[in-house]
Amino acid sequence: MANRDRDVLDIFRSETRAWLEANCPPEMRLAVRSEKDACWGGRKFKFQSQAQKQWLDAMAARGWTVPDWPKEYGGGGLSAAETKVLKEEMAAIGARSPLTSFGISMLGPALLKYGTEAQKKRFLTEIARGEIRWCQGYSEPGAGSDLAGLQTKAEDAGDFYVVNGQKVWTSYADEADWIFCLVRTSSESKHQGISFLLFDMESDGVSTRPILLISGNSPFCETFFDDVKVPKDQLVGEENRGWDVAKYLLGHEREMISGMGLGGEKRALGAVLGGVSDPLLRADIASFDVDALAFSAMSERFIDQLKAGEAHPAFPSMMKYAGTELNKRRHELIIAAGGSDALEWDSAASNNGKAARDWLRTKGNSIEGGTSEIQLGIVAKHVLRLPGA
Amino acid sequence: MMILTDDQRMLHDSVAPFMASEGAIKSQLRHWRDSGCKDGFGHALWKQFAELGLTGILIPEAHGGAGLGMVEAGLVLEEVGRNLTPSPFLTTAVAAVRALEGSGQAERWFPGIAAGESVAALAIDEGRHHDPAGTACEARRAGNGFALSGVKQFVVHGASADLILVAARTAGSAGEREGISLFAVERGAKGLEIDNVTLADASKAARLTLANVAVDADAVVGEVDGGWAPLSRALDAGRAGAAAELVGIAAGASEMTFDYLKQRKQFGRLIGEYQALQHRAAHLYGEIEIARAAALKAAQLLDAGDGRAELMVAVAKAKAGRTAALAVQEGVQMHGGIGMTDEHDIGLFMKRETVLAELFGSARFHSGRVAELSGY
Repeated sequence: MANRDRDVLDIFRSETRAWLEANCPPEMRLAVRSEKDACWGGRKFKFQSQAQKQWLDAMAARGWTVPDWPKEYGGGGLSAAETKVLKEEMAAIGARSPLTSFGISMLGPALLKYGTEAQKKRFLTEIARGEIRWCQGYSEPGAGSDLAGLQTKAEDAGDFYVVNGQKVWTSYADEADWIFCLVRTSSESKHQGISFLLFDMESDGVSTRPILLISGNSPFCETFFDDVKVPKDQLVGEENRGWDVAKYLLGHEREMISGMGLGGEKRALGAVLGGVSDPLLRADIASFDVDALAFSAMSERFIDQLKAGEAHPAFPSMMKYAGTELNKRRHELIIAAGGSDALEWDSAASNNGKAARDWLRTKGNSIEGGTSEIQLGIVAKHVLRLPGA
Repeated sequence: MMILTDDQRMLHDSVAPFMASEGAIKSQLRHWRDSGCKDGFGHALWKQFAELGLTGILIPEAHGGAGLGMVEAGLVLEEVGRNLTPSPFLTTAVAAVRALEGSGQAERWFPGIAAGESVAALAIDEGRHHDPAGTACEARRAGNGFALSGVKQFVVHGASADLILVAARTAGSAGEREGISLFAVERGAKGLEIDNVTLADASKAARLTLANVAVDADAVVGEVDGGWAPLSRALDAGRAGAAAELVGIAAGASEMTFDYLKQRKQFGRLIGEYQALQHRAAHLYGEIEIARAAALKAAQLLDAGDGRAELMVAVAKAKAGRTAALAVQEGVQMHGGIGMTDEHDIGLFMKRETVLAELFGSARFHSGRVAELSGY
């Protein structure tokens, strides 16, 4: 990097540091204790505190909820280097993410690539400000790993489509405002008969039902569509070419899930647990920590490769597979280290069974967003070029 | 940034074809093994390394070297691993150079190493497992210097070395880091008995018996009783370098195996069509990418003098060792019967991997270090 660029970046860093210091409320610098601490935004969201709202508003006003998106769509217009500096400076003071959203991590990148100018202006801006919360309508009861086998139908009715069918595993559908949804617009071709629609969850004919999981929580829903009318300007990309959009978005979903791989934890598990007396368990944990710390190095490399355009298109699959399998292993070890304490489901001491519920939740990591087996198949086909894969 | 700079890419692009042609298995490893060479490597190739500037890769420019870092040395070692090229590069140009730098011995040895004329070895281990703090070999003050007595094993290239760096105890007792000193012992020293042993991978590692080997006071590398410092520099570099070489072994073995999956037919189908093998191959591929990232990160932290380097070196050596083990084991298994023959190269990868994974501490040793360095 030229010296001038570095000077400019140094100035950006000191300005960013000062701004964060002045604008990030102290409560928003405390460690995240549970999913409830995340700010999801949207019409139905209840802020946990004034500080949470203040932090979102301050960051959104600068476009820093999505620092690397263009300014005209509510982003910060920052370069990759500046975005990295911002993230480093936020991490340095322990600042929480101002906004967690499927709009940012999944729909946004797809709209930036495939959306019309009007769609970008409207939807990206709402996402950046945290005004609309999105959910994902992908899987169906008969279309899980074989996603392209989906049957939810959208029929052409002139100015709009009429959507009928059912989605499943719709994350937080009951709390979301809008859905990005894969529908079948043609039965002539499996992959080239799919379209990508956006619509309001308050539209007539949309209903949701939460699914109770083994963790005792219900982060997912079944979602039903009964003659839902969707204006045609809410189609993303071309009709029957929605699979391209869907796959592009899945790549970002996998990046997001692999990034969550270790729950953002940078410390060794053995250190988090505060020591382990059983030598056999200590050996297992040390072995895990080798893999986890090596994976952190890979995550860092992967991000740099993405920015430099050097990452293989199938790398998100590799990262998703490795990250989620590691996270399952991590929680197996936490349960093992916790012994019978970690099995308590409803006691105050166990914080209402947090360890056990978190452990059970991780079992879905290697299923959602494409199973581990699907990811391995993608790597076998697109990286290793194995025959018939 | 964890991507290579233009200069690093250029280095890779010149070293990779060089190693693939000049350092190939047939002309080097098999040739020296089958001709019963006492060194286990070719001095002519070592000279070629020097002509390319590789032997002096870590030697400062003021001493006639290239003044580069562990990232660059790692790029060379990955190609060494990929081709199973036998050479004293890791022990001499990486580990020994790091031990000697800044010491009075640097001027004595750096020119010969840079010229590809000198070979150096490290005599650290005394038992079957790596345990540098457990050094018990004794260095008694005698006359103007010291007299060394004890035994050493797994001294890679020990019988070919012009210089052997011997860790010995000048104070304290086995298990303590303080009280160890590092001595530069020259070839032919009186009282030094060298038993040249061939290992499973056809490389040479000596057992040494030292019986009152007399050295001058200026043979001490670093401070008396303070040998842990140069020893740690040598071990950090040696371990990070071994991790890079292991990544190369894993890459070489897996590429050979993935190719085989696309050629071998059974039941009328290419065996690579079977999902049972596809998923194992894809898993292996991912593990190698992760191990490469760990090795690169360790090298970068060492080059930056970052305090986290020691932890990452342990992570890299353990991860690369385990990953290379997976690669060679899957490699032999997926090759089936032909993988068990001496004629096929895949077995050579297995043997080299197992030796290198043990050198400077096994994956278990380094997992234990990760726990210690993380405070549990």
